[in-house]
Amino acid sequence: MEEAIRFLTELDRFVGVERRYLVKKEGFTDPNYGKTPTARTLEELLKYGIVNLDKPPGPTSHEVVAWVKKILGIPKAGHGGTLEPSQGGDTLRYPVSCR
Amino acid sequence: MISHSSKEYVALAQLHSEVPRERFEEVVREFIGRIYQRPPLRSSVKRVLRVKEIYEIEVLEYEDVYALMRISCQHGTYVRKLIHDIGEVLGVGAHMRELRRIRSGPFREERSVRMQELSEAVYMYRELNRSDRLKSLVLPQEYIVSHLPKVLVFDGAAAAISYGADLAIPGISAISEGIRRRDLTAIFTLKGELVALAEALMSTEEVLSSSRGIAFKTVRVILERDTYPRTWRKKSTTN
Repeated sequence: MEEAIRFLTELDRFVGVERRYLVKKEGFTDPNYGKTPTARTLEELLKYGIVNLDKPPGPTSHEVVAWVKKILGIPKAGHGGTLEPSQGGDTLRYPVSCR
Repeated sequence: MISHSSKEYVALAQLHSEVPRERFEEVVREFIGRIYQRPPLRSSVKRVLRVKEIYEIEVLEYEDVYALMRISCQHGTYVRKLIHDIGEVLGVGAHMRELRRIRSGPFREERSVRMQELSEAVYMYRELNRSDRLKSLVLPQEYIVSHLPKVLVFDGAAAAISYGADLAIPGISAISEGIRRRDLTAIFTLKGELVALAEALMSTEEVLSSSRGIAFKTVRVILERDTYPRTWRKKSTTN
């Protein structure tokens, strides 16, 4: 449980937020099931993961997604969406997922 | 998820004739808060009047007819249109010259990865069998909900939620402070895995002082079914 709270605190810090966690009931989690996100293998990360990609001006989001799929050799990828049709650079995320 | 969170941009506006900086800043301030916006002709949504919220506009640089601004706004705001409308109110007209998104939900530009870096990392992994670089560029999916308040649940509750159940009080182990009713919240396992997104039906205080009841209504399940074993009894199928 301490490990989970440490990881959640890491997520909070990623966006510059400090959150306190209040314990209602001390927790136990069965080590035989599930896995701590920081222990995931590369294959697992590629199945459900995020790349915060800096899309250069020029190629469309769609073209960049196709490129990401090709170089990572994964069947599915998507992006966070863009409204302006091909204007300037843009940071996009590529959640890669095979669901 | 990401497409529905707030965005931040740096935009360069060109005014169609010179305006004193004070006047420009005064008009810009009128655009902070809830505004009406009709999507531009060339847009990816239906062109009806929509209400969008502008959280912040900071004029970074101002010279001749150019204004460089940092804009933080609700998802779905057209910055090109915002600048056009600022020009209308100024009476001189304006258009957007350049735009760059610097934040989308929790993801900021300064932490972004260039295509070149990604392709180098893939090369190191494939040709040199070194996965550390690539692993450091692919974040666990949990980062998507970094900006949300969080609640930690026991294994049994995680299993039930992965089948679509709502989260009841006995399933909760820990909770972040300051959750209000209706807040979008991320549910995590005690290992730190993202289980689901949910709407709070109780505040943090209510959760801590209750012993029963549904505290969070599941909105979107992320955790794969059967990651944790089922603890509830299946309906008997005999007779």
